[in-house]
Amino acid sequence: MSTNNLSYNDQGGSDSAVEVGQETTPTSSNAGAGFGLFSTNFKKNDDLKEMLESNKDSLKLDAMKRIIALIAKGKNASELFPAVVKNVASKNIELKKLVYVYLVRYAEEQQDLALLSISTFQRALKDPNQLIRASALRVLSSIRVPIIVPIMMLAIKEAASDMSPYVRKTSAHAIQKLYSLDPDQKEHLIEVIDKLLKDKSTLVAGSVVMAFEEVCPDRIDLIHKNYRKLCNLLVDVEEWGQVVIITMLTRYARTQFTSPWKEDGLFDENSETAFYESDEKKTKNGDEKKSYMMDPDHRLLLRNTKPLLQSRNTAVVVSVAQLYWHLAPKHEVGVITKSLVRLLRSHREVQYVVLQNIATMSIQRKGMFEPYMKSFYVRSTDATHIKSLKLEILTSLANEANISTILREFQTYVKSQDKQFAAGTIQAIGRCATNISEVTDTCLQGLVLLLSNRDETVVAESVVVIKKLLQTQPTQHSDIIKHMAKLFDNIAVPMARASILWLMGEYCERVPQIAPDVLRKMAKSFTSEEDIVKLQTVNLAAKLYLTNSKQTKLLTQYILNLGKYDQNYDIRDRTRFIRQLIVPNEKSGALGKYARRILLAPKPAPVLESTYKDRDRYQLGTLSHTINTKASGYLELSDWPAVAPDQSVRNVEVIEPVRRSIFTSTARSRSSPRPYTKGGHDQFRHFNTAESDEEKSSSQSSEESDKSSSQSEKSSSESDSEQKKTTKKPPQKKTVKPTAKDRYYNELFNTYSCVPVSLSLFSLCILTPCPLSCAALLLQVSGPAFVPEKSHDLLHRMTGKGLSAQYQFPRQPCLYQPTMVSVQISLTNTTDHPLEQIHIGDRDPTGLDMHCFNAIECLLPEASVTVSLGVDFNDSTQAANFQLCTKEDQFSVSIQPAVGELFLPATMTEQDFRKEQGKLLGMNESSATITMAAENTTRQPISRQVATVANLGVVPSGQDNIHRFAGKTASSGALVLVTVELRELSAALITINTEKSVMGPMLLRDLKRALARA
Amino acid sequence: MQFPAKMIHSLFLVNSSGDIFLEKHWKSVVSRSVCDYFFEAQERASEPENVPPVIPTPHHYLISVLRHRIYFVAVIQSEVPPLFVIEFLHRVVDTFQDYFGVCTEAAIKDNVVVVYELLEEMLDNGFPLATESNILKELIKPPTILRTVVNTITGSTNVGEQLPTGQLSVVPWRRTGVKYTNNEAYFDVVEEIDAIIDKSGSTITAEIQGVIDACVKLTGMPDLTLSFMNPRLLDDVSFHPCVRFKRWEAERILSFIPPDGNFRLLSYHVSCQNLVAIPVYVKHNITFREGSSQGRFELTLGPKQTMGKGLEAVLISSQLPRGVLNTNLNPSQGTYNFDPVTKLLSWDVGKINPQKLPSLKGSMSLQAGASKPDENPTINIQFKIQQSALSGLKVNRLDMYGEKYKPFKGIKYMTKAGKFQVRT
Repeated sequence: MSTNNLSYNDQGGSDSAVEVGQETTPTSSNAGAGFGLFSTNFKKNDDLKEMLESNKDSLKLDAMKRIIALIAKGKNASELFPAVVKNVASKNIELKKLVYVYLVRYAEEQQDLALLSISTFQRALKDPNQLIRASALRVLSSIRVPIIVPIMMLAIKEAASDMSPYVRKTSAHAIQKLYSLDPDQKEHLIEVIDKLLKDKSTLVAGSVVMAFEEVCPDRIDLIHKNYRKLCNLLVDVEEWGQVVIITMLTRYARTQFTSPWKEDGLFDENSETAFYESDEKKTKNGDEKKSYMMDPDHRLLLRNTKPLLQSRNTAVVVSVAQLYWHLAPKHEVGVITKSLVRLLRSHREVQYVVLQNIATMSIQRKGMFEPYMKSFYVRSTDATHIKSLKLEILTSLANEANISTILREFQTYVKSQDKQFAAGTIQAIGRCATNISEVTDTCLQGLVLLLSNRDETVVAESVVVIKKLLQTQPTQHSDIIKHMAKLFDNIAVPMARASILWLMGEYCERVPQIAPDVLRKMAKSFTSEEDIVKLQTVNLAAKLYLTNSKQTKLLTQYILNLGKYDQNYDIRDRTRFIRQLIVPNEKSGALGKYARRILLAPKPAPVLESTYKDRDRYQLGTLSHTINTKASGYLELSDWPAVAPDQSVRNVEVIEPVRRSIFTSTARSRSSPRPYTKGGHDQFRHFNTAESDEEKSSSQSSEESDKSSSQSEKSSSESDSEQKKTTKKPPQKKTVKPTAKDRYYNELFNTYSCVPVSLSLFSLCILTPCPLSCAALLLQVSGPAFVPEKSHDLLHRMTGKGLSAQYQFPRQPCLYQPTMVSVQISLTNTTDHPLEQIHIGDRDPTGLDMHCFNAIECLLPEASVTVSLGVDFNDSTQAANFQLCTKEDQFSVSIQPAVGELFLPATMTEQDFRKEQGKLLGMNESSATITMAAENTTRQPISRQVATVANLGVVPSGQDNIHRFAGKTASSGALVLVTVELRELSAALITINTEKSVMGPMLLRDLKRALARA
Repeated sequence: MQFPAKMIHSLFLVNSSGDIFLEKHWKSVVSRSVCDYFFEAQERASEPENVPPVIPTPHHYLISVLRHRIYFVAVIQSEVPPLFVIEFLHRVVDTFQDYFGVCTEAAIKDNVVVVYELLEEMLDNGFPLATESNILKELIKPPTILRTVVNTITGSTNVGEQLPTGQLSVVPWRRTGVKYTNNEAYFDVVEEIDAIIDKSGSTITAEIQGVIDACVKLTGMPDLTLSFMNPRLLDDVSFHPCVRFKRWEAERILSFIPPDGNFRLLSYHVSCQNLVAIPVYVKHNITFREGSSQGRFELTLGPKQTMGKGLEAVLISSQLPRGVLNTNLNPSQGTYNFDPVTKLLSWDVGKINPQKLPSLKGSMSLQAGASKPDENPTINIQFKIQQSALSGLKVNRLDMYGEKYKPFKGIKYMTKAGKFQVRT
């Protein structure tokens, strides 16, 4: 790109001159060349517009690249919107992608114009190629234009039942986008989420859980049935999805299982070290000893997440670590230590977050990290925040056994060139000294030594820490106080001076000689001191006045007078208060008596504790934990329930392994007939194809991994059984969906009746029934090449009590609905009395979409009548079962279509055929080589044989040895392409290309039989 | 009505002088003024590395990583695991590096369109979509000089014509239909030793971390297994997703279908119980005298426990105290450099000859009148040892299944210094 003079650096002028907030102002380095700023800019945009409107793709592409460069710099390129959006349907893939990028960026600002592009995406949503469908949905859902919410909703619903797991994944992503665009859609979106949660594909799992977390994190009930499946899939989900699922499952587990910690409470922190070592043993017999029994599902989660500690993705490792921290029995948490320590080798930012989490953990459980103490030693090259975190952890890990090692290490840190860090170390020493009484004196002496340090920050920090330490150690420490008094003149840091003054005052009785002298010095320098020092001077004066008024009376009064006229009101207030309190006069009254008790009361020692002390109120690994405030959207981790909720909610029904039986099963619905709405069959069909697709891909995957992979074998067999278990669900769902879908069609109409005129153009396109509209772009349905005469028995006269029925496929497009296959039924009355009220009763499956014939009022003896039916077989060879009723009787009958009857012939050119075939390769292709029967080696017999088997149209062919046939499936309009290629010695290669991966092999089998037969 | 959406909202790229040179938004546009909070933090930090990785602002949270002197600042609106974002940003940088060879401001600006295309594919609505390099390369071809020329002449594009079928496959990390005339698989076992050595030369802490980087160019769908002579050495491991974990658990064998090209197969940590042999020693004498404006500086390096392998590419660096004005040193070999502004001393030693140990001796001039610095500088050492893994880890054998040809296999060992510091 850089060679065509369009590189980023070349335009827009000197980008270093571009400043924040200036993005809409045109800048140009050419300004000096005689043009004003604006004219240059306009000229540039004009030229872009021209380029976009040219008919050369290369020019357009160059223009788009320049526009993207503008966007990247944060410049406004919205005025080019009309010119850009025209190219949305370009054939050039890169151009198209760049237009998408532009569109997503500016659609929000140019809503009306953005609508012009919608129809393109809608068309692409029906593309036979799953990747194109997915990318269309991605862009469509990224266009943040509220008016297309209904379209998005519809697209999401359709994509959620797409046969391609990749498209379903995209639909899960789209859910979040739609939700942020229009939160009112929540209820409908939850329906889709519920559906996608049941998905068994690892591709979908992460994305749908993400959508769940965003839209309805409180609907924990949706997880129950999917819990075990998610646990089992987890290892195979992509790494980003793993993080999301683990975080969600942590929350779930805390609401569903009882605490595994109860018995563990006996082990206190100190015994933990020993405990940690004998970890292995305890895990084995731990459960027997305790009355607590862990829910097997709880165990399942812990077991299945553990391998992920070995992930290369640090986010995954930490999410597993927090899961163990929050969910595992205390003695099992140890397994996460190693992995967390390993992450300390990673990037600086990763270290930061991991160290924060370790800091919180190490406060509660020293034992976990103590063996790895040396990993937290500070290096001079660490960043400041890393250093202070390591210091924090080292301080928390300190105990009687290791304190000397740690203090020795701290000594090095105190000498560090980074004075901030040295100061932090001094505080850490202070904390160690208060926590571990054995070393308090040593620490104190060490700190006193630091008082003679050359660096002011170090000295000041030491003073402050010593002050706190002395308070906790109310023994004789007058030496230290004297020492500090000596240093007083050299210390300039206000906080340190104030601390010394406070110490003098507090312990003035222990240093009766020195304190008045310090006060004398302060009286001299009072006016030039900082406020905080002045306040402490007043304090010191007051305390000395009470204990040693003889020596200090005058000094005190002098200081109080200075304070009275100070500029700072705090000091004036304090002075006034002190004066009233300590100097006896008639007004002071009762309070004066208590002055001594007020000022010289024993004060509680300050507690030196970690800033990470109560960070564990946030779930570890979260943003809220990192910033120590509740981030928006943070989901609380609930406390363990006292009694576990019903465990059986997670049970998934076990279904007999034969898939087919569900549809042909004898479980004829005895219940009342359900409404057959238009949406019903749609749902059903998708479910059906999705299932078969899944099956294929899983068999493919097992092929690839069968060489080894005990892991994936296990999971695939597990998911297989899962698959079987869930197959029973479709019948329940059908009742809900159609209404929702209908509502959407209605809403579509409503929306479009009220939008501007410009919309009506493409609204037409939206409202065409979907399956036809896409196929119609490519091909026309033609008449059948051949209509087989053969008819099949529907009802024998013996079983039909005299009513006999036969059916055949006329191979005509169904008049009632394009997705249906027409069936002709001839009914004959073989009895000697008229049959009345012949009609169709209950059907099975109940959602079967069927156009019934009008009831026949009366069929006379020996008469026969032919009626036609429309049946939507959903592109499957599942039999359509229904009841043929007369006034008195009901007969269960079934129509079993041959796969070839489910197509409609299509005419297309050889060129189109090849193009379409190119899109349907890979798993969409099935082929076989056969030996042809001798008579079948010329064009006519082959066409005839193929046409007998399947309702396909002949595609004119340029080559003699290749015969092509094309059709589309009745229900979904998917293309079916058949190629018969004759080879030498009467061998022939039959190739079938169709995205219907179940129909392909079935058709192949039928064709093989027909062509090889003599 | 704006709902707080999870995950990454926008990305800003900021250079070391504090200019935003690229922005990308996955949802509604966030004004770049949000970066002002970042700039504030940047000003407060003394060193570029000291900018906190997570910065809360009133309406957003900024999570940033610093690589190659570029800050990658992600804007987040609500709760999300910070590591999720950090890890992703590092992946973005890795991808850029993979595509452009280097990840500099200039490279990003030159390839701004590719950058945009990549970012578009890597995140959907702020949630990572395709981060696997093999998939990305199917979607968007990396720019090469040749391709740029060809593209200019023929007007073809760098967007892949094929659709990325890898995304759909069960082995998403591997392209399908890979073909090579020479089938080769190379594995580099690289170990890094992290150590802190105290003043007296005793080891405070030392540990060995290693990685196995692979470059696999094999036709078809090969299934490889790699076994070690001494797998017990490996204390803690993390794998590329292609490695079958169960197999490792049970047999301590790495079994995997490799990605095509370069990838990191394994990172490991060698158990602490084994005492680590430190391959280098330093004799030092750095003194400042009270009242004098001169300081003495003496440094001698020598090999120790290197199992007969030579120390190469030795580089010493040290941050001298602020009081040091200049140095007058004399290296026995190599070149040294002292930057009077940053006070950074670096000495490029090169190879160490055990017969003639390299040394750096001389004096330092201190600020006149200033008191003697009370701390001594830390010395950082870098070195390499070829053909040896310090821990003694050895690959036993590499076998290939699933394909018929015989590949060429190569294994290389190397030891490097990681964070190796000597306190003086």
